[in-house]
Amino acid sequence: MTAVGGVRPDSGRPGALGAIRIVCRKELLDNARDRRTLFSAFVFGPLLGPVLFAVLIHVLVVQTVSTAEAPIEVPIVGSELAPNLVAHLGARGVEAAPSHGLEKFADAADAVESGRYDAVLLIDPDYAERFSAGETARVTLVYDRSNTRAGSRVQRIRAAVSSYAQQLGTLKLIARGVDPDVLSTVMLDELDVSTAAGRSIVLLGMLTYFLLLATLVGGFYLAIDSTAGERERRSLEPLLTTPVERSSLLLGKMAATTLYMLLALALTLAGFTVALGYVSLEPLGMSSGFGIGSALAAFAVLAPFAPLGAALMTLVASFTKSYKEAQTYLTLVLLVPTLPLVFATMLNVKPTGALMWIPSLSQHLLVTAIVRQDPIPLAYVAQSALATLAAAALLAFIATRLYDRERVLG
Amino acid sequence: MIEVLSVTKRFGDVRALDGVSFTARDGRITGLLGPNGAGKSTCLRILSTVLRPDRGSARIGGVDVVAEPLRARRLMGVLPHAAGLYPHLTARENIEYYGRLHGLGEAALAARVDALLGRLGLAAIADRKAKGFSQGERTKVALARALVHEPKHLLLDEPTSGLDVMAARELREWLKALRAEGCCVLLSSHVMQEVEALVDDLVIIANGRIAAAGTPAELAARYPERSLEDIFVSAVEDAAR
Repeated sequence: MTAVGGVRPDSGRPGALGAIRIVCRKELLDNARDRRTLFSAFVFGPLLGPVLFAVLIHVLVVQTVSTAEAPIEVPIVGSELAPNLVAHLGARGVEAAPSHGLEKFADAADAVESGRYDAVLLIDPDYAERFSAGETARVTLVYDRSNTRAGSRVQRIRAAVSSYAQQLGTLKLIARGVDPDVLSTVMLDELDVSTAAGRSIVLLGMLTYFLLLATLVGGFYLAIDSTAGERERRSLEPLLTTPVERSSLLLGKMAATTLYMLLALALTLAGFTVALGYVSLEPLGMSSGFGIGSALAAFAVLAPFAPLGAALMTLVASFTKSYKEAQTYLTLVLLVPTLPLVFATMLNVKPTGALMWIPSLSQHLLVTAIVRQDPIPLAYVAQSALATLAAAALLAFIATRLYDRERVLG
Repeated sequence: MIEVLSVTKRFGDVRALDGVSFTARDGRITGLLGPNGAGKSTCLRILSTVLRPDRGSARIGGVDVVAEPLRARRLMGVLPHAAGLYPHLTARENIEYYGRLHGLGEAALAARVDALLGRLGLAAIADRKAKGFSQGERTKVALARALVHEPKHLLLDEPTSGLDVMAARELREWLKALRAEGCCVLLSSHVMQEVEALVDDLVIIANGRIAAAGTPAELAARYPERSLEDIFVSAVEDAAR
């Protein structure tokens, strides 16, 4: 007679591996019939991240492109005093808007402060006079630095005014028979070496966050249902009277949680691959570089995080008295992947061997490297997996100890 | 045979069991009777290996429950108080899960589950999810689950609580049938009248101690001209003194 998971013929009970498989299979089936579990694990998690990410990038692209190319309208007070300057600005996409009511500096300051205008250009009343006399003519740019949205516009206005001043200066030198190069004693050449995708560091941080979050959400309800839920519906006590070690029962539950998490991760990566295929990142100066190859590599790097998350959630849920309490505590566990993200983004950390020993931070750094198409040492991947799986084993061990206590019955 | 030998169990400062000894024999139904909080459930939980005794020992079919809990569990079926089912699984799947954990092969399991479903009159709801079951149906499925590996010993904690008259009666008929097959049945109850008609042996427990034990006839002889309920009450009062 063939038996599930290998029955020890002498004792007539499943071996440890057989029992783990039986429990795992039951939990998979049981939870597959729970609509809430399925929705949160395989719809909500895998869809939320990619969709949000795609929308965010789209908005960012639209904003960047529009602010870079669209003409800026800026009220110019006293524009009639400097028709040439106004014409020069107009040619550079800075157009004079009607400056109704604005006459003095104080008016302009109020208008900018209240947010009516992003910036106001004030031509000095003496402008024409001083200009004709060959003296320095004054132009005042009023803006609000805390208004980050206006930042790039102010920059463009400033650049347009400077270029006008420089052009005139050059002409004056030539008129006096002086080589304009006399003024350029040192020439600064700039070379930006960041790779195109490297500039998207914050976006990449979000990407790993969504991936880790979706992975955890994938096992969230199963971890609760199989521990706190089992106790609450009073099916734990009879289960503990079956001829199976408690550690096997718990490992079976963790195995099922891990499988749900891996499936959620795969779906989320598929979602990202599709979503990023629709959004063009080129206008942002980034290459998205997130094809099927990247998705598979990211899966390999992130997969060890699943057993760790499963062990952590099972352990935390085992401490709790009820389903509700478990939900509360596990929601806090969902914040775990944000910690390395904040740390890494704030300090702009680069992958090093030492950091590969820290679970979730190592996954973040490796996935970021994959998307940036940086080379990754295989040793890093191995270290990350090893450290993460070791942490998972430790937490799983603690959880099985916990289940050996009598208080587990609640 | 189920043997309990001088078992003591404390929860913090509370002494739940204080040197309890009794024996439940094969082919008989033994009733563990006592008021709420007397230690009935603790006693059954120690026998079912869910709790460990502080002192003393217990054996199921000669197997020590502390030294060899897994072997002991093979020999008994357990129906804990208010045993829960998995609501998303069908009656059949709930029973099959335990069968597999008991190491039954798929072919033997299918045959055994079908037989149990038939005998317990559960065939009509066999493939319905447990979510909508009545209390009676739930208890029957939990009983089938406890019997799936054909145990020689059966432990039931307040099995009839929450059941209506018909369901309770049906359950009693079932236990009598198991007794006829040679099973050793140990059940707990706090309702005297209920066990009166059912049990062969009585163990009255109060404040964690055995207050009285014997067949109903023996107890009646010991306390002449009194109803079993009077005997129960005075035994409990004696123990409290």
